[in-house]
Amino acid sequence: MASVTLTGLVKEYPNGVRGVDGVDLQIADGEFFALLGPSGCGKTTLLRTLAGLEAATEGRIDIGDRDVTGFEPGERDVAMVFQDYALFPHMTVTDNIAYPLRIQKVGRDERSARALETAQGLSLAALMERRPAQLSGGQQQRVALARAIACHPQVFLFDEPLSNLDARLRLEARTFLKQLQKSLGVTTVFVTHDQAEALAMADRMAVMDGGRIRQVGTPREVFQRPANTFVANFIGATPMNLLDAQVVGGALDFGGFTLPVPGEGGRASAWPVAEGDKVVYGVRPEYVQCLPAPAEGAARGEVTAVENLGVSVLVTAQAGEQSVRAVVPESDEPALGDTVHLAPSSERVLLYRADGDGELIGR
Amino acid sequence: MAPSTSPAADLAPAPGGAPAPAPGPVATTPRARRDGDVVGLGRARAVAFVAPALVLVGVFLVFPAAWTLYLGLLDYSLTGSGAQAPVFVGLGNYTSALSDPAFAKSLYLTLLFVGGSAVLGQNVLGFSLAWYFRAAQRPVRATLSVLVLLAWILPGSVVAFLWQALLDRRNGTLNALIGTTDMAWALDHPMAVIIVFNIWRGTAFSMLLYTAALSTVPRSHLEVARMAGATRWQQLRDVVLPTVKRHILTNTLLITLWTFNDFSPYLLTGGGPNRESEVLPVYIYKEAIIGGHLGYGSAISLLLLLANLVIAVVYVRLLRTREPEAA
Repeated sequence: MASVTLTGLVKEYPNGVRGVDGVDLQIADGEFFALLGPSGCGKTTLLRTLAGLEAATEGRIDIGDRDVTGFEPGERDVAMVFQDYALFPHMTVTDNIAYPLRIQKVGRDERSARALETAQGLSLAALMERRPAQLSGGQQQRVALARAIACHPQVFLFDEPLSNLDARLRLEARTFLKQLQKSLGVTTVFVTHDQAEALAMADRMAVMDGGRIRQVGTPREVFQRPANTFVANFIGATPMNLLDAQVVGGALDFGGFTLPVPGEGGRASAWPVAEGDKVVYGVRPEYVQCLPAPAEGAARGEVTAVENLGVSVLVTAQAGEQSVRAVVPESDEPALGDTVHLAPSSERVLLYRADGDGELIGR
Repeated sequence: MAPSTSPAADLAPAPGGAPAPAPGPVATTPRARRDGDVVGLGRARAVAFVAPALVLVGVFLVFPAAWTLYLGLLDYSLTGSGAQAPVFVGLGNYTSALSDPAFAKSLYLTLLFVGGSAVLGQNVLGFSLAWYFRAAQRPVRATLSVLVLLAWILPGSVVAFLWQALLDRRNGTLNALIGTTDMAWALDHPMAVIIVFNIWRGTAFSMLLYTAALSTVPRSHLEVARMAGATRWQQLRDVVLPTVKRHILTNTLLITLWTFNDFSPYLLTGGGPNRESEVLPVYIYKEAIIGGHLGYGSAISLLLLLANLVIAVVYVRLLRTREPEAA
């Protein structure tokens, strides 16, 4: 068991591309930590650099109280579960699980005993003599997990652990992985491109883009207070409304309609913004009400699209120059072309700088 | 440790209720199935389609083999009474071959040649080149491929001339390169010369085959071994060799058979000096064409063919037992 500390970590490829571009990160002992981001954001490169499969160009990696930056993968006391599980097809389940122990020169009998013990915890005991080709996808995944667990590493690294499972199995495996991680208590870093996975499983998560970390926090923090417009846009089942606005006369002018500055009293002075500032007004569609009649703090719009989400409906309306999305209960579904009044819940609204990295404006 | 969680991930899609496809006939009639006539051509038309290929195989493969078998039973020769009226001698040619020390020696030299230049030489060198250059820069790999392939694609006569020039006693390139004088390589070390020659000439094939084979080794498998702390050698032993095992067997079979039948040593040493490099194909050529003993040569050819067959059968057996168990 150990914490993981990354300091100024850079991974630059020979062609000059920076897969990881200056990452500072502390992962606590026993934490279940997710690296989330779109493809090509550097999350897998970060994981592989942490594993030692890629050499860090700059910066430092500490696991526990050891600086492992220059260590070979085998010396770092970490175990990795690969996306394709990477089970050796010519070995039985026992030999696969015991492979790292064999490299560590553990005796044959002890190897088999430890493999069996680990396998029992994962309900694999009946399959010990099988080859990987004779196992289902879920079973293969658990053999790969068992191989990682059996050598008692200080840190687990999972690369897209669920992406090779079918949709139903994935939900079950999610719960199972989370329970397993909690019962083992081993620090775990996993990579995923699926925000639902990260939000559901992780204790804390980092959202990455372009080799940099854009936000670190608990899933709740990341979901409720995205630190910048990139995270705001990336996280959420339906993308957040990000509307361009300008502070005019103490209110927000959206070009065609005006809304009060969110918060009590609706005064711009409560925010660190000045008259004339350009801001981005962020509110999740789930927090926008769609009213039939005009109301205080509502924008008038015309419905341009209605998408069924099951128990709710995603309504897209054109208000002035802005396209605004709202999620409404299925019973209140408006028709195309209806005039609606869109009222954001002001306590859920976030304001971002319109320039730079689109940072959150603190309230 | 050992969580008591019942892993839900175990639930492989249960075949709940979904009826297995009935084993009954779907598109084929019972009669067609009985005959194994999947396509439904009918026996006559099927034979008509296969016949041209069978005729070619018969004319160019089966007939010469049978003819060789027949000739091997005669004292057929190029000149003299054996040419006018060959006499049936039964297994005489075979018994005299098997009791001829020159044949035994030739067989021994052939095994040395095949084992040294193909099974060991081309195999190991080809694999090593493929393994060490698999991660090299593209220009390096391309240059290597061209160099190695050149030895393979040049015509045998050209290559033989190049090697004569290389090994020549007085003005040879090799003597000039390593500073030896008056060293008659082909005379002093004829077997070593033809073995090295054949390694040089044939390694390209093994290298190409192993380069392709190594690209089938999943990167993640090697990385699992690296994460476990495996050394280069352990990665090779535990991951690479088991993955390419079948490629190794196939390659070894092919180069063994080719080398067994290879006549090019004759172009370098002529089988000499004093029969010191007279591998079987050279021995047969000398006996049958130069010596004129066509019947005797045919008999030995058949023995060579049998040896090839035995080798092929052994390898095919090995390949079959290595087949991975079906899922």
